[in-house]
Amino acid sequence: MANETANEQPERRSNSKVIAWCLSGVVGMFAFGFALVPLYDVFCEITGINGKTGGRYESGATQQVDENRTVRVQFLASNGPGMTWEFRPVVRSIDVHPGQPVTVNFYAANGTDHAMVGQAVPSLAPSEGTQFFHKTECFCFNQQPLEAGESVEMPLIFIVDRDLPEHITKLTLSYTLYDQGKMTEVSRSDRTQTTTNNNG
Amino acid sequence: MSAVADTHAQDHHHGPAKGISRWLLTTNHKDIGSMYLIFSFAMFLLGGSMAMVIRAELFQPGLQIVEPEFFNQMTTMHGLIMVFGAVMPAFVGLANWMLPLMVGAPDMALPRMNNWSFWLLPCAFLILVSTLFMQGGAPNFGWTFYAPLSTTYGPPSTTFFIFAVHIMGVSSIMGAINVIATILNMRAPGMTLMKMPLFVWTWLITAFLLIAVMPVLAGVVTMMLMDIHFGTSFFDAAGGGDPVLFQHVFWFFGHPEVYIMILPAFGAISHIVAAFSRKPLFGYASMVYAVGAIAVLSFVVWAHHMFTVGMPLAGQLFFMYATLLIAVPTGVKVFNWVTTMFRGSLSFEAPMLFAVAFIILFTIGGFSGLMLAIAPADFQYHDTYFVVAHFHYVLVPGAIFGIFASAYFWLPKWTGHMYDETLAKTHFWLSFIGMNLAFFPMHFLGLAGMPRRIPDYALQFTDFNMISSIGAFMFGATQLLFLFIVVKCARGGEKAPAKPWDGAEGLEWTVPSPAPYHTFSTPPEVK
Repeated sequence: MANETANEQPERRSNSKVIAWCLSGVVGMFAFGFALVPLYDVFCEITGINGKTGGRYESGATQQVDENRTVRVQFLASNGPGMTWEFRPVVRSIDVHPGQPVTVNFYAANGTDHAMVGQAVPSLAPSEGTQFFHKTECFCFNQQPLEAGESVEMPLIFIVDRDLPEHITKLTLSYTLYDQGKMTEVSRSDRTQTTTNNNG
Repeated sequence: MSAVADTHAQDHHHGPAKGISRWLLTTNHKDIGSMYLIFSFAMFLLGGSMAMVIRAELFQPGLQIVEPEFFNQMTTMHGLIMVFGAVMPAFVGLANWMLPLMVGAPDMALPRMNNWSFWLLPCAFLILVSTLFMQGGAPNFGWTFYAPLSTTYGPPSTTFFIFAVHIMGVSSIMGAINVIATILNMRAPGMTLMKMPLFVWTWLITAFLLIAVMPVLAGVVTMMLMDIHFGTSFFDAAGGGDPVLFQHVFWFFGHPEVYIMILPAFGAISHIVAAFSRKPLFGYASMVYAVGAIAVLSFVVWAHHMFTVGMPLAGQLFFMYATLLIAVPTGVKVFNWVTTMFRGSLSFEAPMLFAVAFIILFTIGGFSGLMLAIAPADFQYHDTYFVVAHFHYVLVPGAIFGIFASAYFWLPKWTGHMYDETLAKTHFWLSFIGMNLAFFPMHFLGLAGMPRRIPDYALQFTDFNMISSIGAFMFGATQLLFLFIVVKCARGGEKAPAKPWDGAEGLEWTVPSPAPYHTFSTPPEVK
């Protein structure tokens, strides 16, 4: 039926052209849905709004320590679902001057009877402070393998930037420790890559 | 509807095939339109009966009838079935029936694909509904299926839910391509874009929205599938993903989706208000531009669904103002409908009653939407019954009343008979009262702090919940009357003339009632 009319009206554009345009729109939007994933990561990295602190901080110039200002940094540690390790900060909170490198330790103990791998994922509140919190060394940069019954003190070295907005007087850094133990070797190595890139 | 098409077939040379193969193999836009409408009404009753379970459980505080797990499955399935099974297919059905008649085309541009896109739907919903009988039950994470609730903590049937969404997405996309091809290629000579009926315009824009966002929905459920089965971590914080990403991608689809469910109703209401006011529609061009503006804005407001996830102030302000801006084109439309009625020669047959109720009640739903759009206030309203009241006010008297109005408006054209006006008015008033009784108290419940998606509630919410449940039962039962009216109208009744409404305009009224199996084999001339 439709084709007969097509022959009568040769001037109109063809259906196949419309279908082709629509399908390219469909494919494009499907790809766009997936493109949102890296776009979201980039956006969050620039703005820091999801509280994910960045990767290893490397700065040539050492910052001048601002003795006149004190910022309290609090630490929280919690376990992800199904994680049985003991995981806590050695100090709960610490007062620091912006610009000053500070070392703190987190304690983790594998109380189970088998070797496991853990991965800590950081989050900083308020998220406005995320870009001004630099880690030069962090246990969260890598996965933590622990033998059965083994315990470890894991170091974190950080600098609060001198440019931290004036109204922020307190930062809360929380870590959630996730069980990565059940994975196969292949996916473990895959995941190491993802986690070191994105979670830092 | 089908019965009449059958009787007509006997006096026509190119009538439909006999038996079941007519429906399985048909490429006729009227047959496919009827099938879409019948399917959508069946899903409406199924999703509605789930709503009855929800309201029965909420009739009193405490757990009375169902387990909380089953209650959660009911809220989830009710939402999914109503959105994807009832409202969207109903509009596709209306499009199938009316678009070719309105633009003077002999059929849809791609009739075989039309058949396929319909028959995918029953398959998708067979899969979706079968999850109710699976080990671990049906999806129970709400129709928005937020990760990680739907990935890490979802029931095993989530995989079937994902495939069902894929299939209905393919169906919607094919339907949309068909609509676009029909409208762009099949218009009668002389029908320029700005002479198209508004229902055609709103459907053209809706079809573009579908093409833009259904693939994103397919993408987000694909990511879920990969997280569940293939060890990726799109939404899993442990592997470097982010659950909030899910909400962004989902609502990038979700917000245009709500306009997909309302824009065709805007178009149909514009015809009905003009017909029963016996005046041309006020501000045709502004209506077209308003719908276009709403469609464009719908892509930049999605985060107003998720103000509470933690967003920078600038983000909250942007999404708040962008959302409030949508009130402007919507206000233009409401103004135009009211102005069309102003000093018109009004009569209130069933389609007009539903259309007037649509304008009033949809505006109420729009206002509660404005309240929710205000970011600081939203922190109080978020995830309360106020939200439930809001979206039911835009979907029930909005989308569904729009569909009822369209059904009564075009039933004489479809069946060749007038429907029973007294019964139809009864249907309207019972629906109107039932719907307001069911959903208006939810505003108060939400403002008082009752959270949504819970099977039990604090004692002080009892009275309003009882009123709400009574209204819901009333609304639900009334819809059986609609079924009766339509069946009665299809089987017989007063013969309908080609143009049963004296104020109606458009090409669809130039063909006899019931519309012959084949229409506009020679295109009409539009001046």
